[in-house]
Amino acid sequence: MQDKLNIETMADYAARGEEPEILFWVGCAGSFDARAQKVSMAFCKILNEVGIKFAILGNEESCTGDPARRAGNEFVFQMTALQNIETLNMYKVKKIVTACPHCFNTLKNEYPALGGHYDVIHHTQLLQELIDGGRIKMTEGGTFKGKRITYHDSCYLGRVNGVYEAPRKVLEQLDTQLVEMKRCKTNGLCCGAGGAQMFKEDEPGKKRINMERIDEAMELKPDIVAVNCPFCLTMMSDGVKAKEKQEEVMVYDLAELIVQNNGL
Amino acid sequence: MVGQIVFTLLVLLTFYIAFRKYTVIWRNVNLGKDEEIKGDIGERIKNVLLIAFGQKKMFKRFIPALFHFFIYAAFLLTQIELIEIFVDGFFGQHRFFRSGLGGFYTFLISFIEILSVLAFVATFVFLARRNLLKIPRFHMDEMTGWPKLDGNLILYGEFILLVCIFTMNGADEVLHQQQGLGSYNFAVSSGLGPMLFGGMSESSLHILERAGWWGHILMVFAFIIYLPFSKHLHILLAFPNVYFSKLTPRGEMTNMPEIMNEVKGMMGLIEMDESAMDSGEELPKFGASDVTDLSWKNILDAYTCTECGRCSSVCPANITGKKLSPRKVMMDVRDRADEIGGHLDANNLDSVKEEEKEKATTLTKENFDDGKSLFDYISNEEIHACTTCNACVEACPVMINPMDIILQLRRHEILDLAAGPSDWTPMFTSIENSGAVWQVPDDRDKWTKS
Repeated sequence: MQDKLNIETMADYAARGEEPEILFWVGCAGSFDARAQKVSMAFCKILNEVGIKFAILGNEESCTGDPARRAGNEFVFQMTALQNIETLNMYKVKKIVTACPHCFNTLKNEYPALGGHYDVIHHTQLLQELIDGGRIKMTEGGTFKGKRITYHDSCYLGRVNGVYEAPRKVLEQLDTQLVEMKRCKTNGLCCGAGGAQMFKEDEPGKKRINMERIDEAMELKPDIVAVNCPFCLTMMSDGVKAKEKQEEVMVYDLAELIVQNNGL
Repeated sequence: MVGQIVFTLLVLLTFYIAFRKYTVIWRNVNLGKDEEIKGDIGERIKNVLLIAFGQKKMFKRFIPALFHFFIYAAFLLTQIELIEIFVDGFFGQHRFFRSGLGGFYTFLISFIEILSVLAFVATFVFLARRNLLKIPRFHMDEMTGWPKLDGNLILYGEFILLVCIFTMNGADEVLHQQQGLGSYNFAVSSGLGPMLFGGMSESSLHILERAGWWGHILMVFAFIIYLPFSKHLHILLAFPNVYFSKLTPRGEMTNMPEIMNEVKGMMGLIEMDESAMDSGEELPKFGASDVTDLSWKNILDAYTCTECGRCSSVCPANITGKKLSPRKVMMDVRDRADEIGGHLDANNLDSVKEEEKEKATTLTKENFDDGKSLFDYISNEEIHACTTCNACVEACPVMINPMDIILQLRRHEILDLAAGPSDWTPMFTSIENSGAVWQVPDDRDKWTKS
């Protein structure tokens, strides 16, 4: 784990007159949230390991604008989105991968109307490609053999963009026992963070949404709750902590599971 | 002969009343703004076939879908029989198509009869689901008073209709046999008729047959008139509503070009049209505060809604006890459209905008202002609770999108009223000032250097 990660920026590549294969869009959570930073690092480790030439934007990246737009603030959305598109187009970025389904959705579905056209994939899709192509080989009998894992579909990867199978295929490779919650895939229940809820107090109600979801997960007595979104990661982790189960139930992003399994 | 005249007059009256009421709904839908519906016609037709005709999304919940399908199939096929009833009614005939169609006629009526039995069972199941079983989505706050009664009335109507069909066919069967003409051989009434009416006198049977026939057609007329007052309108509007539903990616919020262009101008990406900016034009209205700001498709959605509540039963906010119920949003939009429509029909000049009150002689969509808005129906608390998870959009069997309306209301609240949850202000400011959702002192790539 002591190996220094090799993470370069688009500016580094441009200075050498080179282009990376893919841009890793880190997002605000992946950049600043202590827990989500670990996912960013895990994902970079995998990219380093398989030898994909990638870059990040570093300080030239801004929020995609998803929470501002969904809160209703189109001005702030347009400002940050158009700034990002300027930067991306300046570097002639063609392919983007991101570990955040909200960034994924906005880059993929909303930037085209503003003049930003890119081939955008979510990191679970890239991970599946790498596994299918034999570039990631799972260590047999790894850390997770036989463990009970339940997978929480994020709304913006799942129901909104229809990606249900790629993350599940990655989990299958881990030799785990995948147990599904009743509300999964198209019927998946939100973690409660979307639509800019992450940035405000809940409206008055009987229960927090993440508790509703974690209660459902706990019924399955999982060892691990797997997620694909930094906001789901926060919400699910908070839920597990509120149940005082943080010693028994781990919440991990798929990239972290691969890194741990293969001891990267 | 008297029968024919009464029938013809009733048909004319029914269609006159219905035409007037359906015109009102058409006008109410058009209270919304124009919106060009883009996309491939082939895909739209495919959606109509699969989702509207095929009931694909209904079958996400198998048991209600199955019983609903019985009623739906019986309803669709009964239309064939209805054609005969109209022909018989206008021309004083009896089973006009029977001689021409022969064995196929027997098959057709038998098929309709079997479906009608299934629909009969389904009617009872649905009455039980609504009134005896504690199915939460039928007992939410918005489902009291008229919406609750409306749901039951249509089922009572269906029950009467089906009783009439079997009385008609059953009595006719016995009459037919008594007249020495043998059995009609219809699947259900050939057995049910003799069982219920066997041994009755010819005159009683004749009265029963006529009562069934008239009862049936009167119920049909009542349905035609009742529909536009009822949530039950979905049986008609589901088809256009699915056809016009959006084909663009679900995750794409409608772009606001006027804001995009202004920001592009500020950033120096495009030439700003200075003259347009300084001409003191009224600021455009952003988002929606009333149904007249919504798209016509949003209002069509509202009139299509049959209040099944599948949206609310999967809404994470609703499940956890928040005030938001996507179904209520749709009902509110419809009720507000009805309210504005009512003012327009009454030409209520009290509802003319203050500044135009002097000269206005007609109340129009353009000069309308009754001092109310959609926010009198839908509270801020409701729209603030949405997580934009799209579960309601996914759940709707007829492709209604409540979330789109919620987001337009949010846009109005933030952009025009500069209101909204105060918790959001730091997030907006951070994005604007530092390009991150949180105010963080660190460099964005600090994590790469640890």
